Amino acid sequence: MTPVSYYMALSAILFAIGVIGVMVRRNVIVMFLAIELMLNAVNLAFVALGRRIGSMDGQVIVFFVMTVAAAEAAVGLAIIIAMFRNRETVNADELNLLRW
Amino acid sequence: MPQWLFAFLAALAIIGALGTIMQRNLVHCVLGFALVLIDLGVLYMGLGAVTVGFLQIIVYVGAIMVLFLFVIWLLNVQADAGVRGGGLGLKLLGTLGAAALAAELAAVFFHAPKLSQVRTIPPDFGSIAKLAQALFTRYLVAFEATSLLLLGAIVGAVGLARRLAVQTAPAAATPDRLAPAANDAPRKVA
Amino acid sequence: MRPDAHTRNLLASDSGVTIELAIGAIKAVVMVLLVMGLTTLMLWFERKGSALIQDRIGANRANVFGLGKRLGLPNFGVINTVLADPVKMFTKEDFVPDGADRFLHGLAPFLALFPVIITFAVAPMGDMLRIGKYHIDLQPANLDVAALYVLATIGMGVYGIALGGWASNNRWSLLGGIRASAQMISYEIAMGLAIIAVVVTYGTLDLQQMCRAQGGVWFGFLPRWGILLQPVSFLMLLIAGIAESKRVPFDLPEGESELVAGYFTEYSGGKQAVFMMTDFAEVLLVAVLITTFFFGGWQVPWLYRDGFHFPGGAALMLPNIVVALMQFVAFWIKVIILSCLQILIRWTLPRLRYDQLMRLGWKGLVPLGLLNLVATAFVVVVAGGK
Repeated sequence: MTPVSYYMALSAILFAIGVIGVMVRRNVIVMFLAIELMLNAVNLAFVALGRRIGSMDGQVIVFFVMTVAAAEAAVGLAIIIAMFRNRETVNADELNLLRW
Repeated sequence: MPQWLFAFLAALAIIGALGTIMQRNLVHCVLGFALVLIDLGVLYMGLGAVTVGFLQIIVYVGAIMVLFLFVIWLLNVQADAGVRGGGLGLKLLGTLGAAALAAELAAVFFHAPKLSQVRTIPPDFGSIAKLAQALFTRYLVAFEATSLLLLGAIVGAVGLARRLAVQTAPAAATPDRLAPAANDAPRKVA
Repeated sequence: MRPDAHTRNLLASDSGVTIELAIGAIKAVVMVLLVMGLTTLMLWFERKGSALIQDRIGANRANVFGLGKRLGLPNFGVINTVLADPVKMFTKEDFVPDGADRFLHGLAPFLALFPVIITFAVAPMGDMLRIGKYHIDLQPANLDVAALYVLATIGMGVYGIALGGWASNNRWSLLGGIRASAQMISYEIAMGLAIIAVVVTYGTLDLQQMCRAQGGVWFGFLPRWGILLQPVSFLMLLIAGIAESKRVPFDLPEGESELVAGYFTEYSGGKQAVFMMTDFAEVLLVAVLITTFFFGGWQVPWLYRDGFHFPGGAALMLPNIVVALMQFVAFWIKVIILSCLQILIRWTLPRLRYDQLMRLGWKGLVPLGLLNLVATAFVVVVAGGK
């Protein structure tokens, strides 16, 4: 059996990679993917800990996170499409209309 | 799950995640992420969460990631040229900060799981019946709320797309797109 | 997955493990060989059947040293489709267009074929076969969430098609790939709703259990097949299944009069053959699913575990091995009939327009599936369980 702490370490590493992605990349689609990566890293922690304490709650929360992620993807991608049609860019640094 | 299998899956997940954020080509980024998702689905199954693992593959890999690919091709932005990252300083700072975060999280997690005894896991742990039981009793209100959330998301997504259609309709209706039109001044002429 | 009690007993002894592994391997090999063989058979039926429908002669040239002719046999084109075509295909030049993503271009056909082939792992080919002390479940992989597994693998099938279209660096291909991804996501929902209604009816996700539940008779003579319980689901799964396999009337992704050949425009040789095989394997897969859900799977009318019990009261006792063999054959006969039905549909109907396709999926099948699901749930609750 693999100890729970290994799963938690993997979860931490994936979460950190997601953070790097959001901070370093300027492409909004990649930033969006990195956010989804962080959500999934947390899901892994939920499932691993839920098994550790023998409770279904972890899996239920993963189910809800998946639902929210699906809703988020639909709205987020619609926003990206609207943004691209208006500004013809997916570079977050060029979307600075509100900055002065 | 035996340790060698976990090591393999963990390595695959990290490679996929790195691919997600490092690939220049957006389609490759999405594929890297799909790899991570399938990998995590298998890990869930190994942890006894069989139903959640399959749902992960159905919902994430089968639907959400295809939506990403669809949007990338619809916008034709797969060539990532021109979208440069911030300066080298930002990259360095981001990587260092994230590495510190990872180290801290890992340290915390390594010390944390003294929270309870490992109970014996019942054989139907993670089965769809157990999941449904939890969803439709303790979490019923939250479950119903997610249906409202999804409805709101659908309406929102359609609303965003529809407003677009109204905006671009006059331009599309004009047979000669080079003709100067007052109402599409901010948009570049294709 | 969790081993059942019987497997656990066997695992106690070393020779038991070896034999159990051997049985599993044999089941897997039989399944893969059957799928490949039937795929080739479908290819033959498609070519000769289409010729028959269009009043042509069809493939009738290739032979082996004129052997058939010397024996006075008519040429049915079997050598053409089974031997000559594959050899021709795999010896052609493997062409990769300039500027293509070479890695994904090579990977895509296999990414398309792989999910389809692994789905057959949960197809129940028969009930228990008893040889000595071994009870062999004739389902290659006994998975208690098999219905979810089917949905997951079908969901992954879209990647090969869409990426093949994109990696070719060709506008027609890309358009075909985009069309395929939109179409397959849309019809996956209808397919999921149809399958969920069946799952609610039988109260299990296990395909083998579903087949067992379809044994027995109503009113003393009518086999308890699922199509009588879920006719709407049957139609939905048939339509959505044909749409998932991207064949006429839903062949928009390859529509040859609009997109040259759609997503596989830039494919040739072996890779093109793999795409073609995916097509026919999907036809078989849809037939397997429909057989399992709606036509009793391996059930033969009035055949029970110990032999036939006819409606009149007559009975014919049979040994277990004969029963298992009959179930096995019955399952594949049903699958072949349903595959042929799909090929007939393919050569009968014209192609839909894209807006018609989307309207049928989203405004026709999805609401219908939701209504059917609500009605099914209502009946199941009122009837109290099953």
